[in-house]
Amino acid sequence: MLRQALATFGEYLIFLRQVFSKPAKWSVFLKKWVFEMDAMGIGSMLIVCIVSLAMGSVITMQTALQIESGWIPKWTVGFISRTSIVMELCPTIISLLLVGNLGSRITAEIGSMRVTEQIDALEVMGINPASHLVLPKVLASIIVNPILCVFSIAFALLGSFLTVWITGCISTYHFIDGLTYCFRVYDVVYALTKTCVFAFVMSTVASFYGYRIEGGALELGKASTQGIVVSSFIILILNVVITDIML
Amino acid sequence: MITVNNVSKYFGEKQVLFGIDTQFEEGKVNLIIGRSGSGKTVLMKCLVGLFTPEEGEVLYSGREFHNLPDKDKLSLRKEMGMVFQGSALFDSMTIEENVTFPLDMFTEMSESEMRDRADFCLECVDLKGVNKLFPAELSGGMKKRAAIARALACNPKYLFFDEPNSGLDPKTSLLIDELITKITHDFNTTTVVNTHDLNSIITIGETISFIYQGRLGWHGSSDNILTSDDQTLNDFIYAQPLTQRLRKTL
Repeated sequence: MLRQALATFGEYLIFLRQVFSKPAKWSVFLKKWVFEMDAMGIGSMLIVCIVSLAMGSVITMQTALQIESGWIPKWTVGFISRTSIVMELCPTIISLLLVGNLGSRITAEIGSMRVTEQIDALEVMGINPASHLVLPKVLASIIVNPILCVFSIAFALLGSFLTVWITGCISTYHFIDGLTYCFRVYDVVYALTKTCVFAFVMSTVASFYGYRIEGGALELGKASTQGIVVSSFIILILNVVITDIML
Repeated sequence: MITVNNVSKYFGEKQVLFGIDTQFEEGKVNLIIGRSGSGKTVLMKCLVGLFTPEEGEVLYSGREFHNLPDKDKLSLRKEMGMVFQGSALFDSMTIEENVTFPLDMFTEMSESEMRDRADFCLECVDLKGVNKLFPAELSGGMKKRAAIARALACNPKYLFFDEPNSGLDPKTSLLIDELITKITHDFNTTTVVNTHDLNSIITIGETISFIYQGRLGWHGSSDNILTSDDQTLNDFIYAQPLTQRLRKTL
């Protein structure tokens, strides 16, 4: 099993070398890049905003419920909510959500191109299919995912605020006080760095599993699931590593 | 001309091609025929570079394809056009975009020049008024013709067809066969067709390579294929009751 995992990792590195080669024509590459950014960003915006709104709301309710002691200042609810949202929930949970949303889309798209010989057609034409198809997706996700993460943070904080405002569990004054307490720009940098790394993992692993499909519809389904599982697993491990390095 | 010298191909331990030697001539329709699983598609994929043979060489007008430097391999690939069994049209693009795609990638043509070229190629395959349609909106025969138009876009010297008649009705098959012959003679291409369609074998095969269990079983033309005394070839050609009846009349 270890030998197989190493062989797959080797194939992945060879695949990355093919992906990161000079595009055949820059104008075509730029067109595809913009198209991918549009498809990924606009296509995922709604789900990201809804999930973030709900996530922010729940985290605030949970925190307010746990902190009932009179010894703990009321602004702590806002402070803990913000820290959880900015540093962990939005970059990691939203990246995992995007693995399911964008990653499966990438695997299915590239996999069906493989199954229907469209990738072979590109190769016969003298075009590097890995670079032509995957590079725009990888670069688009590295740009788009952090933008989605910023939106996610904004909507999660909005969800938190609305919960406090509607339920009245603490005053909005105390909540905003906690929200702004000891705010560090570095926390956002840390969150966006994580998102960029996760975006790279999501797009390359999903593409890799789609690219190496052999067979038909059954293998396409399997590859899509494998891509999601492996990406999620790597993201969770990298989350620990990056946290250890950056904090 | 394409020359195949002693080509062998393995998949793991399994050998699929056993030292194939054959030639595909310029300006002619060259067929590769054989039963399903005989190695026809593997041989064709070795020809176009989708597979690399473990032994032997494939020469394009004297140039050994698999050992060429990347840059030369790329320029040779630009001289090739291939029509896949399932057409392999890019389904996110319109038919016109499919045809102009190789032009967009490899030439400095303006938009209008590319559109004119696409119109010309689609006219060559008798496909008009479909420029703005997507592949999913076309019938199987139309998709094949659109794929041929795309293969023609860059004026290829070498054209490859992988089972062009599969899944088509007899009349459409006939049209595709006529088209292949016309294109080959009009543009003087070296055309290689992978088929097991008997009508194609008899009507368009100017040179025929019969592959049997990964080996070259017979080489000849449509003039002498029906009268050959090769047992394995006859078992293939006269497998159906209709052709058995035909044999009796010969």
